[in-house]
Amino acid sequence: MADSAKRSFAAGDWVFRNLTRLFALLTLLLLAAILVSLLYGALPSLAKFGLAFLWRAEWNPPMEEFGGQVHIYGTLVTSLIALIIAVPVSFGIALFLTELSPPWLRRPLGVAIELLAGIPSIVYGMWGLLVFAPLFGQFIQPLLGATLGQLPLLGRLFQGPPMGIGLLCAGVILSIMIIPFIASVMRDVFEVTPGILKESAYAVGATTWEVVWRIVLPYTRVGVIGGIMLGLGRALGETMAVTFVIGNSDQLSDASLFSPGNSIASALANEFTEAVSPMHTASLIELGLVLFVITFIVLVISKLLLLRLAKGEGQRT
Amino acid sequence: MDLVRRRKLVNAFALSMSMLAVAFGLFWLFWILVDVFQLGIGAVRLSLFTQMTPPPGSEGGLLNAIVGSLLQVGLATAIGTPFGVLAGVYLAEYGRYGWLGRSTLFINDILLSAPSIVIGLFVYAVYVERVGHFSALAGVFALALIVVPVVIRTTENMLVLVPDSLREAVYALGTPKWKVITKVTLRASRAGIVTGVLLAVARISGETAPLLFTALSNQFWTLDLDKPMATLPVTIFKFAMSPFADWQRMAWAGVFLITLGVLGLNIAARILFRQKHR
Repeated sequence: MADSAKRSFAAGDWVFRNLTRLFALLTLLLLAAILVSLLYGALPSLAKFGLAFLWRAEWNPPMEEFGGQVHIYGTLVTSLIALIIAVPVSFGIALFLTELSPPWLRRPLGVAIELLAGIPSIVYGMWGLLVFAPLFGQFIQPLLGATLGQLPLLGRLFQGPPMGIGLLCAGVILSIMIIPFIASVMRDVFEVTPGILKESAYAVGATTWEVVWRIVLPYTRVGVIGGIMLGLGRALGETMAVTFVIGNSDQLSDASLFSPGNSIASALANEFTEAVSPMHTASLIELGLVLFVITFIVLVISKLLLLRLAKGEGQRT
Repeated sequence: MDLVRRRKLVNAFALSMSMLAVAFGLFWLFWILVDVFQLGIGAVRLSLFTQMTPPPGSEGGLLNAIVGSLLQVGLATAIGTPFGVLAGVYLAEYGRYGWLGRSTLFINDILLSAPSIVIGLFVYAVYVERVGHFSALAGVFALALIVVPVVIRTTENMLVLVPDSLREAVYALGTPKWKVITKVTLRASRAGIVTGVLLAVARISGETAPLLFTALSNQFWTLDLDKPMATLPVTIFKFAMSPFADWQRMAWAGVFLITLGVLGLNIAARILFRQKHR
């Protein structure tokens, strides 16, 4: 009896171990499968346009001429605008949460920010289109045109008819969406700083700002950059918050950020099911591949940086 | 003394900017929430839950979209949860220090933030294109692929938290490893795993992008998984982009329902987690 029990123990262990291993392996393969399937789907377009796809500006479905310049530019520019707005604001929020906030406010505010990070992006997109964009075109864009638009070189970015929707509007909506996200990562990262370091700085008379700028920030630098890259990864691949307000234009008429544009994700959302020719579909899949590769690189860097911070923390204790 | 004053000034300036940042961030977020609740509640009526999505210009509701969403989210969770839990068990209990475990954990974190529209594209390429038509089943697959990394992450996190002394105590009784895991460690971390599943459900309830080229949408009532099926997010997308006032009104109602559901799930997950881990 003892022998058979032992054998069934061993068999159960073997089955369970390999079952869980199979699923872990499947997860690992999923990434490879995504890459291969996109590469395969994009083959016709890859063969026809080659690497030039990345900077060709035409996007002309009837003539079957495709190039990703407008979409790649739109994706990068809207994400950049989003980061320019969201990073300082998130930094301010994280600073407030870790150093300034009275203890009774810290938890509710932190929870509120985490909850807001969970709101689906379609909510931001729809609000952006129906509420924000009209106001943006009516009040903020004329103001920007009259001030920043008059600057010598930078001015070209802020000129043109204020239509509300466009690259700038998409960037702004995107920034509102990623603020809670970056802020909560930054707060977590700031909390890693050992209290004794901060207390020592306070003890020699440093102000709160000096502690944050000279102690907390240098100590957590890798983690902060990792958090920002994580937000960037989010912004690059975001579909719904962008597609409502970017204007979906496949041509860029000028350098202005007021003009409508397109991003990779929103081109996919709008055109994919309507694409009739195989070349159109293949080109859209190639755009998806480009998006996946860009976000993959950004996320890997982010993850490595965050891991480095966590590792340093492990060594300290 | 000049230096001290300057430092104090810089400090005061920086701290007021920080508070301004909080006010700025909260201003937008509250503005959005207030609009969603106000316009959404104003648009909610009984017919939303009893009638189908209408053609433009006529009265209707969101019944087929709501049911479609519930069905697809439910099935995706049912598929994704066991998958994620089993993979998470491997990462925490077997492969914590091996190459497979570590690389899967790393890749899983990448998948966690991968653009959801690419997941939709993937399911289109490997399933929809082979079958030749859009279907709710494809939508379920896409959503399940989003559930998996979330569940893996929380399962792994929670299992690692279980103290080794607990495992050793059970081993000492002569229990095989698989029984230790299923009867003891998984049970000890049940609340955490359920929290993760709830968060995953919240996440996919609002996902629109991966459904656009998988489940597509359907104006009519259907429960057939092999046919295109309406979902709340995709219907909202379609209605909000339309020029018709009553379609936009229904889109607000839909957005209100989703926001309410997602916030509710997040809060439930939080309460559950806090009760167990106090």
